[in-house]
Amino acid sequence: MGDAHNTVTPRDWTAHPPLIHPDYKSTVRRGPTKPLIPIGHSLSELTGPVYGHDALAPLDNDLTKNGAKNGEALGERIVVTGRVLDDLGRPQPNALVEIWQANAAGRYIHENDRHDAPLDPNFFGGGRTVTDAEGRYRFYTIKPGAYPWPNHANAWRPNHIHLSLFGPTFASRLVTQMYFPGDPLLALDPIFLGTPEAARDRLVSTFSLDVTEEGFALGYVFDIVLRGPRETPTEAGR
Amino acid sequence: MSAPKQTPSQTVGPYFAYGLTARQYNYPHTSIADGSMAGEDVEGERIRVEGRVLDGDGMPIPDAMIEIWQADSQGRFAHPADPRNSNAGFTGFGRFGTGTDPKNRFIFDTIKPGSVTSGEAPNLNVIVFMRGLLTHVYTRIYFADEDAANAVDPVLSSVPEDRRGTLVAARHGNTYRLDIRMQGDDETVFFDV
Ligand SMILES: [Fe+2]
Repeated sequence: MGDAHNTVTPRDWTAHPPLIHPDYKSTVRRGPTKPLIPIGHSLSELTGPVYGHDALAPLDNDLTKNGAKNGEALGERIVVTGRVLDDLGRPQPNALVEIWQANAAGRYIHENDRHDAPLDPNFFGGGRTVTDAEGRYRFYTIKPGAYPWPNHANAWRPNHIHLSLFGPTFASRLVTQMYFPGDPLLALDPIFLGTPEAARDRLVSTFSLDVTEEGFALGYVFDIVLRGPRETPTEAGR
Repeated sequence: MSAPKQTPSQTVGPYFAYGLTARQYNYPHTSIADGSMAGEDVEGERIRVEGRVLDGDGMPIPDAMIEIWQADSQGRFAHPADPRNSNAGFTGFGRFGTGTDPKNRFIFDTIKPGSVTSGEAPNLNVIVFMRGLLTHVYTRIYFADEDAANAVDPVLSSVPEDRRGTLVAARHGNTYRLDIRMQGDDETVFFDV
């Protein structure tokens, strides 16, 4: 390998939430308690699943249409777009982005969701896309509603969209949630607040009039930064 | 401009099934992967890998999602960073939620991977996601009938000896079984990848 070997930027634990965050109750019996054991990066971590444009169906990035049965999805139409970068600032082309979310009333189509809010027969809530050559992705969807959850008395999740990304390696895998600016529920949400304070604003999208489509949909921008591969000089003597 | 900082992880939550594992859960949406990882034309020994994900009370978790990333039968990854051409038709990736099996097991039908390099034991790279896990965790599954290779594997050797067993699946016919324990005396070894 010459005088350098390949690795991936370490997970930044000043960005990611801890494995146990007692205010989010289900972490207490589910989060590992023993220290993680460090692992050197071999081909197993420097490779990862490859999915490109052939993994996509035509309406996969348009949630306003991909669940339509006999009419239009209800709610406020939005555009969600942004760039996928690595933490050296390099755009990530051909990155798979999968999303899922509640409908405008705050109800998921998942059969375990018992929230007493209506399902929308014309909205499914799942989609995917692949970033373009500049690392950009774009979804059309409906702004998801807030919904109650049983973590504590009168607990409500802020409006959010769930996202899942692969990036270039198994080590760059990320599952996260995108929130909306100005939401009063953010200050009360143990999942959002489980994130180190300095990193929280990276989870909140920005409203953009430039992205907003006149007469059709409000625009939100959400950039996503993944761990990236890099070359590290080999230590002397190796 | 300074380098951008990593986007924080957030939990996959309780409702990922229709978005990420729709085919397995019978939702009307396509899936990029499920537990059937090896089609008929893929070379290699057919195996099943199954187990439960247990919480701190020893209860099976019904809403976990497991992802597997593995080499083909000759130890090659289907990825551009691996210059060896891997087994055509084998992506090496599987994804399975624990909500459809009556015992809340993850079940992967795949091929047994080969050693990636001569010093490494065959293994599966695993990511665990669930409601209640704000940041995903990495682990591995090794195979109990690979004693000699396991004894010299650099990753397995870096694990304290009394915890190595949490990473090794027992063989029963063509099925390997291993439970993933999130907590407790036998807590599975998770890696800082
Ligand atoms: Fe949610």
